[in-house]
Amino acid sequence: MKKKSAFSVKFYVGLALVLAMAFMGIFASLVANHSPTAMDLSARYEAPSTSHLFGRDQNGSDVLAQVAYGARVSLRVAFTVVFISAIVGLLIGSLAGYIGGWVDQIVMRFLDMFYAFPGFLLALSLVAVLGPSISNLIFAMCVTGWTGYARLVRGEILHLKMREYVVGAKAIGAKPLRLLVQHIWPNLFGILVVQMTFGMSGTIITESGLSFLGLGAPPTVPTWGSLLNSGRRILTEAPHVSLFPGLAILMLVLGFNLVGDSLRDWLNPRKH
Amino acid sequence: MITYVLRRVLLALPVLVGVSALSFSLLHFVPGDPVDIMLGDQASSADKVLLRKELGLDKPFGTQLASYFAGLSKLDLGVSLQSRRPVAEEIAERIPATIELTLVAMLIALVVGIPLGVIAAVFRETVIERAALLFGLIGMSTPGFWLGPMLILVFAIKLDWLPVSERGGFEHVVLPALTLSFGLAAILTQVTRASMIEVVREDFVNVARAKGAGPIRLWFKHALSNAMMPIITIIGLQFGALLTGTVIVETIFDWPGVGTLLFQSIQQRNYPLVQGCVLFIAFTYVAVNLITDLAYAAANPKVRLS
Repeated sequence: MKKKSAFSVKFYVGLALVLAMAFMGIFASLVANHSPTAMDLSARYEAPSTSHLFGRDQNGSDVLAQVAYGARVSLRVAFTVVFISAIVGLLIGSLAGYIGGWVDQIVMRFLDMFYAFPGFLLALSLVAVLGPSISNLIFAMCVTGWTGYARLVRGEILHLKMREYVVGAKAIGAKPLRLLVQHIWPNLFGILVVQMTFGMSGTIITESGLSFLGLGAPPTVPTWGSLLNSGRRILTEAPHVSLFPGLAILMLVLGFNLVGDSLRDWLNPRKH
Repeated sequence: MITYVLRRVLLALPVLVGVSALSFSLLHFVPGDPVDIMLGDQASSADKVLLRKELGLDKPFGTQLASYFAGLSKLDLGVSLQSRRPVAEEIAERIPATIELTLVAMLIALVVGIPLGVIAAVFRETVIERAALLFGLIGMSTPGFWLGPMLILVFAIKLDWLPVSERGGFEHVVLPALTLSFGLAAILTQVTRASMIEVVREDFVNVARAKGAGPIRLWFKHALSNAMMPIITIIGLQFGALLTGTVIVETIFDWPGVGTLLFQSIQQRNYPLVQGCVLFIAFTYVAVNLITDLAYAAANPKVRLS
């Protein structure tokens, strides 16, 4: 069918983008044969050349090296946030959906409150008071991140626990924990993976945005956001300092969005 | 309808209380003593005692929370540390700029996103639909803090067509509003397309076509007006992203709105002002969602009766 071919193209383009950026992050020291922090003030704002493919910034540091190490930071932070958020969301959402009653009521009111608070704003205010550091950044994004997964899992479980095979397993005496872990959770795998894929792109944009405002990673850590922040002050002298890290964010985020989109189409062929 | 409005407003109240409590407790997330951080190392201990008293930090948590809510009911958000002016007053001054920016951005997103979505649905399985889908994906993946500087680079520095910063005539709002609207325009394109594709399968579209409605009338009047529900929902939901996007966009373009006020107050560790700005943005978001829900109910009797 036509849809199938569209799926594979989108999926593989997305996967290629993600893998390329992951490769750049993991092998940052090989990709860039310069240190991201080495300065050379005599070569400030140097335009891209064969020895410095992405040029140099206001300190004469190599931009390619900063972009490559930035990929490492972004991916590491995003993976951590998405995994912690998904696990917390899975546990709390399961509790609310499976037990129901007052537990569900409390969790839902809590989720409503978070829902009313734009995620980026909450993460921004948290890192603003906690101070810039990678662990504060991760903490702030997890605080806002788990709610989406909890909402999703709760909704799915309300639906799943009525299904015949779950009711049947319960009737022959399966314990609640066993029901949840063996019969319900495996059915959540697909939608969770889709949500986590989109979660990666959302987290990468939030993390870069906070670093752009100087609130994310400390200034000593090379991140795409902080590179863009210094780049915007020297747009006239050195536009390449802004161009490349932004393209890197765009490609990685686009990659995750493409993968997420095609996985969703694949799991859910009716809606696309 | 009146009972629905009342019920929906009453349901928003606990959310507002929760949001207020959350922004109140921000100060208590500060590692160490917030007074030390706000005043810096050089401050005298007399000043610290004074500020601690002013912020009520010498009292127990419950009392602090109670007096915070008492102040809130009178629109008293405390005093800004640097300027010594009421927080509410400082925020109020910045509101018009933020409203201008968000409204223009919203308008651009609507004017671009909805027609593009309709056109994509009309020309299904063609290059046009693919281009619109691609625009949707790229728009969702482009961070404003990169798009903004790139627009400045092209339209202000290279071409010198538009001014870069500060508020002024219409030409000043173009670049920041474009930056802010890009993501929303992309999302609206996707949602409009999907919703239109659902609607055109229905009988009334065929009836309208059979009765001789021209393509513009058919698509934009008959089909689009029936496809608006999901579009309205998304506009309401995405308004939060638009509002928080102002923090970054206003900072890039030196736009004198609530977003830059929040950013400056964070940098100056002016926590009462930070709390005030956060509260303002969150309240606006809750209000917009409430209005969206009410608009939704007004348009669709099924919602308000259920």
